[in-house]
Amino acid sequence: MIAVVDYGAGNLFSVANALEYLKIPYRVTEDPQELEWADGILLPGVGAFPDAMERLRQKNLVPVLRRLGKEKPFLGVCLGMQVLFEWGEEFSLTEGLGLLPGRVTKLQAQGLKIPHMGWNRLQVVRDCPLTWDLPEEPYVYFVHSYAAVPQQDDLVAWADYGGEVPALVWDGAYCYGAQFHPEKSGGVGLAILRNFADLCRKPAKNDTKNGGDDR
Amino acid sequence: MLAKRIIPCLDVRDGMVVKGVNFVGIKEVGDPVECAVAYNRQGADEICFLDITATHEGRGTMLDVVRKTAQQVFVPLTVGGGIRTVDDYRDLLRAGADKVSVNSAAIRNPALIRRAANKFGSQCVVVAVDAKRRSDGGWGVFINGGRIDTGLDALDWICRCERLGAGEILLTSMDADGTKQGFDLPLTDAVCHAVSIPVIASGGCGKLEDFSQVFRKTGADAALAASLFHYRELTVGQVKDHLRENGIPVRR
Repeated sequence: MIAVVDYGAGNLFSVANALEYLKIPYRVTEDPQELEWADGILLPGVGAFPDAMERLRQKNLVPVLRRLGKEKPFLGVCLGMQVLFEWGEEFSLTEGLGLLPGRVTKLQAQGLKIPHMGWNRLQVVRDCPLTWDLPEEPYVYFVHSYAAVPQQDDLVAWADYGGEVPALVWDGAYCYGAQFHPEKSGGVGLAILRNFADLCRKPAKNDTKNGGDDR
Repeated sequence: MLAKRIIPCLDVRDGMVVKGVNFVGIKEVGDPVECAVAYNRQGADEICFLDITATHEGRGTMLDVVRKTAQQVFVPLTVGGGIRTVDDYRDLLRAGADKVSVNSAAIRNPALIRRAANKFGSQCVVVAVDAKRRSDGGWGVFINGGRIDTGLDALDWICRCERLGAGEILLTSMDADGTKQGFDLPLTDAVCHAVSIPVIASGGCGKLEDFSQVFRKTGADAALAASLFHYRELTVGQVKDHLRENGIPVRR
Protein backbone atom coordinates (compact mmCIF):
# COMPACT_ATOMS: atom_id res chain seq x y z
CA MET A 1 0.00 0.00 0.00
CA ILE A 2 1.25 3.45 -0.93
CA ALA A 3 0.43 6.30 1.43
CA VAL A 4 -0.44 9.49 -0.42
CA VAL A 5 0.24 12.28 2.06
CA ASP A 6 -2.83 14.44 2.59
CA TYR A 7 -1.81 17.96 3.56
CA GLY A 8 -4.11 19.93 1.27
CA ALA A 9 -2.05 19.69 -1.92
CA GLY A 10 -3.99 20.66 -5.02
CA ASN A 11 -2.97 17.66 -7.10
CA LEU A 12 -3.79 15.08 -4.44
CA PHE A 13 -6.87 13.80 -6.25
CA SER A 14 -5.19 13.69 -9.65
CA VAL A 15 -2.45 11.56 -8.12
CA ALA A 16 -5.04 9.36 -6.43
CA ASN A 17 -6.97 9.06 -9.72
CA ALA A 18 -3.83 7.87 -11.49
CA LEU A 19 -3.07 5.25 -8.81
CA GLU A 20 -6.70 4.11 -8.89
CA TYR A 21 -6.53 3.79 -12.69
CA LEU A 22 -3.34 1.73 -12.40
CA LYS A 23 -5.01 -0.43 -9.73
CA ILE A 24 -2.20 0.38 -7.33
CA PRO A 25 -3.29 0.01 -3.70
CA TYR A 26 -3.01 3.37 -1.93
CA ARG A 27 -4.42 5.33 0.92
CA VAL A 28 -4.81 9.08 1.19
CA THR A 29 -3.74 9.88 4.73
CA GLU A 30 -2.37 12.43 7.16
CA ASP A 31 -1.93 9.87 9.92
CA PRO A 32 1.76 9.35 10.82
CA GLN A 33 0.93 5.80 11.93
CA GLU A 34 -0.41 4.94 8.47
CA LEU A 35 2.73 6.37 6.93
CA GLU A 36 4.74 4.01 9.13
CA TRP A 37 2.70 1.04 7.91
CA ALA A 38 2.82 1.98 4.23
CA ASP A 39 5.19 0.30 1.77
CA GLY A 40 5.91 3.60 0.09
CA ILE A 41 5.18 7.29 0.47
CA LEU A 42 3.95 9.63 -2.23
CA LEU A 43 4.11 13.33 -1.43
CA PRO A 44 2.08 15.43 -3.87
CA GLY A 45 2.25 19.21 -3.98
CA VAL A 46 1.11 22.30 -5.83
CA GLY A 47 1.57 25.83 -4.58
CA ALA A 48 4.26 27.61 -2.61
CA PHE A 49 7.17 26.10 -0.64
CA PRO A 50 6.60 27.93 2.69
CA ASP A 51 2.87 27.05 2.73
CA ALA A 52 3.58 23.40 2.07
CA MET A 53 6.19 23.18 4.85
CA GLU A 54 3.90 25.03 7.23
CA ARG A 55 1.06 22.62 6.56
CA LEU A 56 3.31 19.58 6.97
CA ARG A 57 4.51 21.08 10.25
CA GLN A 58 0.96 21.76 11.47
CA LYS A 59 0.05 18.16 10.80
CA ASN A 60 3.20 17.08 12.62
CA LEU A 61 4.40 15.18 9.58
CA VAL A 62 7.89 16.66 9.22
CA PRO A 63 9.79 14.30 11.58
CA VAL A 64 8.13 11.14 10.28
CA LEU A 65 8.65 12.11 6.61
CA ARG A 66 12.29 12.97 7.30
CA ARG A 67 12.84 9.51 8.71
CA LEU A 68 10.73 7.50 6.25
CA GLY A 69 12.47 9.10 3.27
CA LYS A 70 15.51 7.09 4.33
CA GLU A 71 13.65 3.88 5.08
CA LYS A 72 11.18 3.17 2.28
CA PRO A 73 10.43 4.23 -1.30
CA PHE A 74 9.46 7.89 -1.17
CA LEU A 75 8.38 9.96 -4.17
CA GLY A 76 7.83 13.71 -4.08
CA VAL A 77 5.92 15.22 -6.98
CA CYS A 78 6.28 18.84 -8.16
CA LEU A 79 6.26 20.94 -4.97
CA GLY A 80 6.42 17.62 -3.13
CA MET A 81 9.79 17.12 -4.85
CA GLN A 82 10.99 20.60 -4.02
CA VAL A 83 10.38 20.22 -0.28
CA LEU A 84 12.65 17.15 -0.27
CA PHE A 85 15.57 19.59 -0.45
CA GLU A 86 17.25 21.43 2.39
CA TRP A 87 16.09 24.95 1.59
CA GLY A 88 13.53 26.76 -0.52
CA GLU A 89 13.92 30.37 -1.63
CA GLU A 90 10.30 31.01 -2.63
CA PHE A 91 9.12 34.22 -0.89
CA SER A 92 11.43 33.63 2.06
CA LEU A 93 14.19 31.19 2.91
CA THR A 94 12.37 28.14 4.29
CA GLU A 95 13.80 24.93 5.62
CA GLY A 96 12.67 21.86 3.70
CA LEU A 97 12.66 18.18 4.63
CA GLY A 98 16.38 17.97 3.89
CA LEU A 99 16.23 14.46 2.43
CA LEU A 100 18.26 15.66 -0.56
CA PRO A 101 21.14 18.14 -0.43
CA GLY A 102 20.53 21.37 -2.29
CA ARG A 103 18.09 24.22 -2.48
CA VAL A 104 15.16 25.38 -4.57
CA THR A 105 15.59 28.66 -6.42
CA LYS A 106 13.67 30.81 -8.89
CA LEU A 107 13.77 29.21 -12.32
CA GLN A 108 16.27 30.97 -14.60
CA ALA A 109 15.28 30.67 -18.25
CA GLN A 110 16.51 33.67 -20.18
CA GLY A 111 14.02 34.95 -22.72
CA LEU A 112 11.60 32.15 -21.91
CA LYS A 113 8.25 32.29 -20.20
CA ILE A 114 7.93 31.61 -16.49
CA PRO A 115 6.27 29.38 -15.33
CA HIS A 116 7.79 26.58 -17.32
CA MET A 117 4.48 25.12 -18.36
CA GLY A 118 3.83 22.41 -20.87
CA TRP A 119 5.25 19.21 -22.30
CA ASN A 120 9.01 18.88 -22.25
CA ARG A 121 11.32 16.01 -22.97
CA LEU A 122 13.21 14.17 -20.25
CA GLN A 123 16.92 13.86 -20.91
CA VAL A 124 17.87 10.88 -18.80
CA VAL A 125 21.48 11.03 -17.63
CA ARG A 126 21.55 8.23 -15.12
CA ASP A 127 19.92 4.85 -14.71
CA CYS A 128 17.10 4.86 -12.19
CA PRO A 129 14.29 2.39 -11.43
CA LEU A 130 11.67 5.05 -12.19
CA THR A 131 12.81 5.50 -15.79
CA TRP A 132 12.77 1.82 -16.71
CA ASP A 133 10.88 1.00 -19.90
CA LEU A 134 10.14 4.59 -20.86
CA PRO A 135 9.70 5.36 -24.57
CA GLU A 136 12.62 6.78 -26.54
CA GLU A 137 11.46 10.39 -26.28
CA PRO A 138 9.74 10.63 -22.91
CA TYR A 139 7.69 13.83 -22.80
CA VAL A 140 6.27 14.86 -19.44
CA TYR A 141 4.11 17.76 -18.23
CA PHE A 142 5.64 20.59 -16.20
CA VAL A 143 4.13 23.54 -14.34
CA HIS A 144 6.61 25.35 -12.11
CA SER A 145 8.36 28.66 -11.49
CA TYR A 146 10.99 27.39 -9.04
CA ALA A 147 13.48 24.61 -9.60
CA ALA A 148 15.74 22.50 -7.43
CA VAL A 149 19.50 22.79 -7.58
CA PRO A 150 20.47 19.22 -6.68
CA GLN A 151 23.86 17.64 -6.29
CA GLN A 152 25.05 16.36 -9.66
CA ASP A 153 25.08 12.80 -8.28
CA ASP A 154 21.37 12.94 -7.49
CA LEU A 155 20.26 14.10 -10.93
CA VAL A 156 18.52 11.42 -13.01
CA ALA A 157 16.94 13.51 -15.77
CA TRP A 158 16.67 17.12 -16.84
CA ALA A 159 14.57 19.03 -19.35
CA ASP A 160 15.83 21.71 -21.69
CA TYR A 161 14.26 25.06 -20.85
CA GLY A 162 16.78 27.84 -21.24
CA GLY A 163 19.25 25.45 -19.62
CA GLU A 164 19.13 22.12 -17.86
CA VAL A 165 16.12 22.10 -15.56
CA PRO A 166 16.31 19.26 -13.01
CA ALA A 167 13.32 17.03 -13.68
CA LEU A 168 13.94 13.78 -11.84
CA VAL A 169 16.20 13.23 -8.84
CA TRP A 170 17.15 10.19 -6.77
CA ASP A 171 19.47 9.83 -3.81
CA GLY A 172 20.47 6.33 -4.97
CA ALA A 173 18.51 4.77 -2.12
CA TYR A 174 14.85 5.42 -1.35
CA CYS A 175 14.19 9.06 -2.06
CA TYR A 176 12.88 10.13 -5.49
CA GLY A 177 11.58 13.46 -6.73
CA ALA A 178 9.78 14.43 -9.95
CA GLN A 179 9.51 18.13 -10.79
CA PHE A 180 6.94 17.33 -13.50
CA HIS A 181 3.48 15.90 -12.92
CA PRO A 182 3.47 12.15 -13.62
CA GLU A 183 -0.27 12.20 -12.94
CA LYS A 184 -0.72 14.54 -15.92
CA SER A 185 1.98 13.15 -18.20
CA GLY A 186 -0.03 10.59 -20.13
CA GLY A 187 1.46 7.12 -20.64
CA VAL A 188 4.97 8.17 -19.63
CA GLY A 189 3.75 9.50 -16.30
CA LEU A 190 1.68 6.41 -15.62
CA ALA A 191 4.73 4.25 -16.40
CA ILE A 192 6.78 6.21 -13.86
CA LEU A 193 4.09 5.78 -11.20
CA ARG A 194 3.89 2.08 -12.00
CA ASN A 195 7.67 1.80 -11.63
CA PHE A 196 7.42 3.50 -8.26
CA ALA A 197 4.65 1.11 -7.18
CA ASP A 198 6.83 -1.83 -8.21
CA LEU A 199 9.58 -0.54 -5.93
CA CYS A 200 7.10 -0.36 -3.08
CA ARG A 201 6.04 -3.93 -3.63
CA LYS A 202 9.54 -5.17 -3.05
CA PRO A 203 10.36 -5.66 0.61
CA ALA A 204 12.53 -2.88 1.88
CA LYS A 205 15.96 -3.67 3.29
CA ASN A 206 15.92 -5.02 6.84
CA ASP A 207 12.19 -5.32 6.54
CA THR A 208 10.67 -8.48 7.87
CA LYS A 209 7.16 -8.06 6.56
CA ASN A 210 6.05 -9.02 3.08
CA GLY A 211 5.55 -5.55 1.75
CA GLY A 212 2.29 -6.74 0.23
CA ASP A 213 -0.92 -4.83 0.01
CA ASP A 214 -2.98 -7.21 2.09
CA ARG A 215 -3.10 -5.10 5.18
CA MET B 1 12.34 22.93 -25.49
CA LEU B 2 8.61 22.84 -24.92
CA ALA B 3 6.57 20.80 -27.35
CA LYS B 4 3.85 22.62 -29.28
CA ARG B 5 0.49 21.43 -28.03
CA ILE B 6 -2.49 20.13 -29.99
CA ILE B 7 -5.74 20.56 -28.12
CA PRO B 8 -9.02 19.03 -29.27
CA CYS B 9 -12.04 20.88 -27.94
CA LEU B 10 -15.37 19.26 -27.12
CA ASP B 11 -18.58 21.28 -26.98
CA VAL B 12 -20.72 19.87 -24.20
CA ARG B 13 -24.37 20.60 -23.51
CA ASP B 14 -26.25 18.99 -20.64
CA GLY B 15 -23.50 16.40 -20.34
CA MET B 16 -23.43 15.39 -24.00
CA VAL B 17 -20.98 16.32 -26.74
CA VAL B 18 -22.74 18.37 -29.35
CA LYS B 19 -21.57 19.97 -32.52
CA GLY B 20 -23.45 22.27 -34.76
CA VAL B 21 -22.75 25.13 -37.09
CA ASN B 22 -23.38 28.51 -35.47
CA PHE B 23 -25.14 26.87 -32.55
CA VAL B 24 -28.06 26.06 -34.84
CA GLY B 25 -29.22 22.53 -35.52
CA ILE B 26 -27.22 21.15 -32.62
CA LYS B 27 -27.47 17.42 -32.37
CA GLU B 28 -26.24 15.26 -29.54
CA VAL B 29 -23.47 13.08 -30.73
CA GLY B 30 -21.72 11.40 -27.90
CA ASP B 31 -20.41 10.87 -24.44
CA PRO B 32 -17.76 13.47 -23.57
CA VAL B 33 -15.79 11.07 -21.40
CA GLU B 34 -15.53 8.55 -24.27
CA CYS B 35 -14.57 11.31 -26.69
CA ALA B 36 -11.88 12.57 -24.29
CA VAL B 37 -10.50 9.06 -23.88
CA ALA B 38 -10.38 8.68 -27.68
CA TYR B 39 -8.54 11.99 -28.10
CA ASN B 40 -6.14 10.99 -25.36
CA ARG B 41 -5.35 7.80 -27.29
CA GLN B 42 -4.70 9.86 -30.40
CA GLY B 43 -2.06 11.80 -28.49
CA ALA B 44 -3.91 14.96 -27.51
CA ASP B 45 -1.67 17.11 -25.30
CA GLU B 46 -4.58 18.58 -23.43
CA ILE B 47 -8.35 18.20 -23.63
CA CYS B 48 -10.68 21.17 -23.62
CA PHE B 49 -14.35 21.04 -22.67
CA LEU B 50 -16.50 23.98 -23.61
CA ASP B 51 -19.75 23.91 -21.65
CA ILE B 52 -22.53 25.41 -23.72
CA THR B 53 -25.26 24.39 -21.29
CA ALA B 54 -27.80 27.16 -21.15
CA THR B 55 -29.49 26.30 -17.88
CA HIS B 56 -28.17 26.50 -14.37
CA GLU B 57 -29.38 22.97 -13.59
CA GLY B 58 -27.23 21.56 -16.36
CA ARG B 59 -24.09 22.91 -14.72
CA GLY B 60 -23.71 20.11 -12.20
CA THR B 61 -23.57 17.68 -15.08
CA MET B 62 -20.37 19.29 -16.30
CA LEU B 63 -18.70 18.71 -12.95
CA ASP B 64 -19.61 15.08 -13.27
CA VAL B 65 -18.17 14.92 -16.80
CA VAL B 66 -14.92 16.48 -15.54
CA ARG B 67 -14.75 14.10 -12.59
CA LYS B 68 -15.23 11.02 -14.77
CA THR B 69 -12.78 12.24 -17.39
CA ALA B 70 -10.12 12.94 -14.77
CA GLN B 71 -10.39 9.31 -13.67
CA GLN B 72 -9.43 8.04 -17.11
CA VAL B 73 -7.46 10.72 -18.88
CA PHE B 74 -4.07 11.74 -17.52
CA VAL B 75 -3.28 14.84 -19.52
CA PRO B 76 -4.23 18.40 -18.55
CA LEU B 77 -7.91 19.18 -18.73
CA THR B 78 -9.24 22.67 -19.49
CA VAL B 79 -12.87 23.58 -18.91
CA GLY B 80 -14.61 26.71 -20.12
CA GLY B 81 -18.09 28.07 -20.61
CA GLY B 82 -20.34 29.84 -18.17
CA ILE B 83 -17.72 30.37 -15.45
CA ARG B 84 -18.70 33.41 -13.40
CA THR B 85 -17.18 33.22 -9.96
CA VAL B 86 -14.17 32.10 -7.98
CA ASP B 87 -16.42 29.35 -6.60
CA ASP B 88 -16.98 28.06 -10.14
CA TYR B 89 -13.21 27.86 -10.44
CA ARG B 90 -12.89 25.99 -7.19
CA ASP B 91 -15.63 23.49 -8.09
CA LEU B 92 -14.11 22.66 -11.47
CA LEU B 93 -10.55 22.38 -10.14
CA ARG B 94 -11.76 20.11 -7.35
CA ALA B 95 -13.58 17.97 -9.88
CA GLY B 96 -10.27 17.46 -11.68
CA ALA B 97 -9.88 20.30 -14.16
CA ASP B 98 -6.33 21.66 -14.41
CA LYS B 99 -7.26 24.95 -16.05
CA VAL B 100 -10.46 26.93 -16.18
CA SER B 101 -11.17 29.24 -19.05
CA VAL B 102 -13.23 32.36 -18.62
CA ASN B 103 -14.58 34.65 -21.33
CA SER B 104 -17.47 37.07 -20.96
CA ALA B 105 -17.48 36.99 -17.15
CA ALA B 106 -13.92 38.34 -17.21
CA ILE B 107 -15.04 41.19 -19.43
CA ARG B 108 -17.92 42.04 -17.13
CA ASN B 109 -15.74 41.59 -14.06
CA PRO B 110 -11.98 41.69 -14.76
CA ALA B 111 -11.25 41.29 -11.03
CA LEU B 112 -12.32 37.66 -11.43
CA ILE B 113 -9.02 37.00 -13.26
CA ARG B 114 -6.97 38.46 -10.42
CA ARG B 115 -8.94 36.76 -7.70
CA ALA B 116 -8.79 33.34 -9.37
CA ALA B 117 -5.06 33.76 -10.08
CA ASN B 118 -4.32 34.76 -6.49
CA LYS B 119 -6.32 31.90 -5.09
CA PHE B 120 -5.44 29.04 -7.44
CA GLY B 121 -2.35 30.24 -9.33
CA SER B 122 -2.01 31.82 -12.77
CA GLN B 123 -1.30 28.45 -14.37
CA CYS B 124 -4.96 27.49 -14.13
CA VAL B 125 -6.44 30.81 -15.27
CA VAL B 126 -7.09 30.83 -19.01
CA VAL B 127 -8.80 33.82 -20.59
CA ALA B 128 -10.67 33.04 -23.79
CA VAL B 129 -10.86 35.96 -26.20
CA ASP B 130 -12.99 36.04 -29.35
CA ALA B 131 -11.49 38.66 -31.65
CA LYS B 132 -12.74 40.12 -34.89
CA ARG B 133 -11.03 42.47 -37.34
CA ARG B 134 -12.22 46.10 -37.23
CA SER B 135 -12.37 48.38 -40.25
CA ASP B 136 -9.44 50.39 -38.84
CA GLY B 137 -7.16 47.36 -39.00
CA GLY B 138 -7.18 46.48 -35.30
CA TRP B 139 -9.21 43.77 -33.62
CA GLY B 140 -12.19 44.09 -31.33
CA VAL B 141 -13.33 41.71 -28.59
CA PHE B 142 -16.71 40.05 -29.16
CA ILE B 143 -18.88 37.92 -26.93
CA ASN B 144 -21.92 35.69 -27.44
CA GLY B 145 -20.44 33.83 -30.38
CA GLY B 146 -19.40 37.00 -32.14
CA ARG B 147 -22.77 38.69 -31.86
CA ILE B 148 -21.94 41.36 -29.32
CA ASP B 149 -19.12 43.85 -29.77
CA THR B 150 -17.74 44.76 -26.36
CA GLY B 151 -15.99 47.81 -27.75
CA LEU B 152 -12.72 46.59 -26.25
CA ASP B 153 -9.56 46.46 -28.31
CA ALA B 154 -8.31 42.86 -28.39
CA LEU B 155 -4.63 43.64 -27.83
CA ASP B 156 -5.39 46.08 -24.99
CA TRP B 157 -7.71 43.62 -23.35
CA ILE B 158 -5.29 40.70 -23.65
CA CYS B 159 -2.42 42.76 -22.19
CA ARG B 160 -4.70 43.71 -19.32
CA CYS B 161 -5.58 40.04 -18.76
CA GLU B 162 -1.88 39.25 -18.48
CA ARG B 163 -1.37 42.04 -15.93
CA LEU B 164 -4.35 40.76 -13.93
CA GLY B 165 -2.72 37.35 -13.67
CA ALA B 166 -4.03 35.29 -16.58
CA GLY B 167 -1.76 32.33 -17.25
CA GLU B 168 -2.76 31.68 -20.81
CA ILE B 169 -4.82 33.16 -23.65
CA LEU B 170 -7.19 31.08 -25.73
CA LEU B 171 -7.47 33.23 -28.83
CA THR B 172 -10.26 32.59 -31.30
CA SER B 173 -10.49 34.52 -34.52
CA MET B 174 -14.13 35.14 -35.34
CA ASP B 175 -13.06 35.95 -38.90
CA ALA B 176 -11.30 32.64 -39.44
CA ASP B 177 -13.62 30.45 -37.36
CA GLY B 178 -15.58 28.07 -39.54
CA THR B 179 -13.80 29.06 -42.77
CA LYS B 180 -11.28 26.18 -42.79
CA GLN B 181 -8.91 28.57 -44.55
CA GLY B 182 -6.28 28.40 -41.83
CA PHE B 183 -5.61 30.09 -38.51
CA ASP B 184 -5.67 33.87 -38.38
CA LEU B 185 -1.92 34.44 -38.59
CA PRO B 186 -1.83 38.26 -38.32
CA LEU B 187 -4.05 38.22 -35.23
CA THR B 188 -2.19 35.35 -33.57
CA ASP B 189 1.16 36.94 -34.33
CA ALA B 190 0.07 40.31 -32.96
CA VAL B 191 -1.16 38.75 -29.71
CA CYS B 192 1.97 36.61 -29.27
CA HIS B 193 4.07 39.76 -29.57
CA ALA B 194 1.89 41.69 -27.15
CA VAL B 195 2.04 39.24 -24.22
CA SER B 196 4.56 36.83 -22.76
CA ILE B 197 2.07 34.24 -21.52
CA PRO B 198 1.27 31.23 -23.73
CA VAL B 199 -1.22 31.73 -26.54
CA ILE B 200 -3.52 29.02 -27.91
CA ALA B 201 -4.56 29.69 -31.51
CA SER B 202 -8.10 28.71 -32.39
CA GLY B 203 -10.44 29.01 -35.35
CA GLY B 204 -10.03 28.35 -39.03
CA CYS B 205 -7.91 25.22 -39.33
CA GLY B 206 -8.97 22.93 -42.13
CA LYS B 207 -5.87 21.00 -43.16
CA LEU B 208 -2.51 19.78 -41.89
CA GLU B 209 -0.53 22.70 -43.28
CA ASP B 210 -2.60 25.14 -41.25
CA PHE B 211 -1.01 23.74 -38.10
CA SER B 212 2.59 23.95 -39.34
CA GLN B 213 1.88 27.49 -40.59
CA VAL B 214 0.58 28.77 -37.28
CA PHE B 215 3.62 27.42 -35.42
CA ARG B 216 6.11 28.60 -38.03
CA LYS B 217 4.73 32.06 -38.58
CA THR B 218 3.55 32.98 -35.10
CA GLY B 219 4.69 32.43 -31.54
CA ALA B 220 1.62 30.32 -30.70
CA ASP B 221 2.28 27.65 -28.07
CA ALA B 222 -0.72 25.52 -28.90
CA ALA B 223 -3.44 25.06 -31.50
CA LEU B 224 -7.00 24.16 -30.68
CA ALA B 225 -9.60 22.64 -32.97
CA ALA B 226 -13.08 21.24 -32.50
CA SER B 227 -14.91 20.27 -35.72
CA LEU B 228 -11.83 19.09 -37.56
CA PHE B 229 -11.15 16.41 -34.98
CA HIS B 230 -14.76 15.86 -34.11
CA TYR B 231 -15.78 14.93 -37.65
CA ARG B 232 -12.59 12.88 -37.97
CA GLU B 233 -11.35 14.87 -40.93
CA LEU B 234 -7.97 14.65 -39.21
CA THR B 235 -6.74 12.87 -36.13
CA VAL B 236 -4.52 14.44 -33.51
CA GLY B 237 -1.92 11.83 -34.47
CA GLN B 238 -1.91 12.92 -38.12
CA VAL B 239 -1.43 16.54 -37.12
CA LYS B 240 1.47 15.67 -34.83
CA ASP B 241 3.13 13.46 -37.45
CA HIS B 242 2.89 16.33 -39.90
CA LEU B 243 4.38 18.78 -37.40
CA ARG B 244 7.23 16.42 -36.55
CA GLU B 245 8.02 15.96 -40.26
CA ASN B 246 8.23 19.73 -40.47
CA GLY B 247 10.69 19.98 -37.61
CA ILE B 248 8.23 21.35 -35.07
CA PRO B 249 8.70 19.75 -31.64
CA VAL B 250 5.69 17.76 -30.51
CA ARG B 251 5.16 15.17 -27.84
CA ARG B 252 5.23 11.60 -29.09
